[in-house]
Amino acid sequence: SYLFSFSFQQRIEIHKLRQGDNLILGFSIGGGIDQDPTQNPFSEDKTDKGIYVTRVTEGGPAEVAGLQIGDKIMQVNGWDMTMVTHDQARKRLTKRNEEVVRLLVTRQSLQKAVQQSMMS
Amino acid sequence: MSAAMDTESTYSGYSHYSGHSKKAHRQGRDRHKSPRSKDGSRSEKSVTIQTPPAEPLLGNDASRAEEGQDDNWGETTTAITGTSEHSISQEDIARISKDLEDSVGLDCKRYLGLTVAAVLGLLVFLTPIAFILLPQILWRDDLEPCGTVCEGLFISVAFKLLILLIGTWALFFRQPKADLPRVFVFRALLLVLIFLFVFSYWLFYGVRILDSKDTNYQGIVQYAVSLVDALLFIHYLAIVLLELRQLQPTFTVKVVRSTDGESRYYSLGHLSIQRAALVVLENYYRDFTVYNPALLTASKSRAAKHMAGLKVYNVDGPGNNASGQSRAMIAAAARRRDSSHNELYYEEADHERRVRKRRARLVVAVEEAFTHIKRLQAEEQQKAPGEMMDPREAAQAIFPSMARALQKYLRTTRQQQYHSMESILQHLSFCITNNMTPKAFLERYLNPGPTLQYDRDRWFSKQWTLVSEEAVTSGLQDGVVFVLKCLDFSLVVNVKKIPFIKLSEEFIDPKSHKFVLRLQSETSV
Repeated sequence: SYLFSFSFQQRIEIHKLRQGDNLILGFSIGGGIDQDPTQNPFSEDKTDKGIYVTRVTEGGPAEVAGLQIGDKIMQVNGWDMTMVTHDQARKRLTKRNEEVVRLLVTRQSLQKAVQQSMMS
Repeated sequence: MSAAMDTESTYSGYSHYSGHSKKAHRQGRDRHKSPRSKDGSRSEKSVTIQTPPAEPLLGNDASRAEEGQDDNWGETTTAITGTSEHSISQEDIARISKDLEDSVGLDCKRYLGLTVAAVLGLLVFLTPIAFILLPQILWRDDLEPCGTVCEGLFISVAFKLLILLIGTWALFFRQPKADLPRVFVFRALLLVLIFLFVFSYWLFYGVRILDSKDTNYQGIVQYAVSLVDALLFIHYLAIVLLELRQLQPTFTVKVVRSTDGESRYYSLGHLSIQRAALVVLENYYRDFTVYNPALLTASKSRAAKHMAGLKVYNVDGPGNNASGQSRAMIAAAARRRDSSHNELYYEEADHERRVRKRRARLVVAVEEAFTHIKRLQAEEQQKAPGEMMDPREAAQAIFPSMARALQKYLRTTRQQQYHSMESILQHLSFCITNNMTPKAFLERYLNPGPTLQYDRDRWFSKQWTLVSEEAVTSGLQDGVVFVLKCLDFSLVVNVKKIPFIKLSEEFIDPKSHKFVLRLQSETSV
């Protein structure tokens, strides 16, 4: 048997949680066109300057909605996130007047060969 | 027998200062003092076989000789067997005979060469003077008078001859430091050139001037001046050929000693093989640690054990297949489960630990001994004249406290035959005189030094043979290999050419050094 990876896209809807004066989503982002792409542990291509999810807080809105660590965020509410700076990405995710954000994420997945599953 | 007497005196001096040691210990310790330095050329040539006394001793195998100096020798040894004190082993016979036959033959060749060169040199030097003086002597009255011009030329000839004399003395009149197997090609060429040159000048002079009794004295003097000028140019040629050409390094030479693999690299210019061998040997005495046969016994015993493992008997009678037999033996040896690598590992680790322990004891003993000595300043010297000692006495006073530790260390590192008690005392007084610290005193004993550091008798390498597949007067080439053999070991020399270096340049504008910050920040949202 052998492993191969492919990526598939997923749409995730996160409802922000109110904590005091802030609306939080419950995850951390890394990356951006002004950052160093070679230090990104989640990207497959080390020149990829996209925005990646680096941490997901337990029990937070992002985890509940199904966001996983290592996901690459392609769009936020229709805004493209593949060619933005780190600060622009943060701003787009933390708009005060939005309570729900709809993300388009790309996730890499490892699958065992189909053969093995057919044989077993 | 005078040598024996001398050694006896050193032993008695030693036992006087080490009064605390017991008789058995003293006997054991004395065994390792080698008074060999007094014996001159008879070092390690006498073998006495005795059964050992109570204390077992290291280094008592093979070649170490012993002339019993202790009074109690007869009482404590159980038997004294074997040959007389002056027996000589087989190797030593070979060595002595080689020494004798080589020293006689080559000296004649060397002296012949020197006399030829000296005679030629003298002739060449006197030639211009002869050219100038002969017309004056033979037909003085017919000569045209030649005033200031000739006098100026006389002065220039005199000074040029003086310069030539000084230059020749500086270049050629040196003590030969080596005896090479073949003649120097360049020197021979130069001698031939000078000879032909001067011969042709004399020929011309004899025919055109002497026979015809030329009256133009100025012309004759200018002829002599031209000879001196040409001689100066030949001297310049000699400098370039003999001295300058080999200064620029063109070859790198790797020298490996055959017995223990110690290797060094040297850079040489264009030299003939024999001169390169000379350079290698001169550097050998300074760079390589001294050859110590006692260090090779371990690997020899291992080799003997490998060979003794299998015996092959031929049961099929004559007509055997010899190569098949040896191959079978090697294959069987390879398959046999051998734990000798294990032994080697543990033995080496053990030895290492033992050496370090002994070394620590030695360093402490020496440091303590040195604290007992204090140098007296000039004013203090008048105050207490009774206690003053000169360096030799001071050395003898502190030696006993470190003697045992030093001897044990030398025995463990198998260096004991290189250092006699007398040499240690001399070195100690030398160190005391020059205000050296204990570490500086010990530097000579902790690690084996180059061959030059030791007594000439301890060198195993005095007579060398150059073994080469190419003529020894041919120049060095890339890939040439030659071997310098002496009786006990050989130096294998491998010549490699220094590669042609292509160097290109690159200009960097000092303003072009610019940097950018690379971040990887993480923000929580």
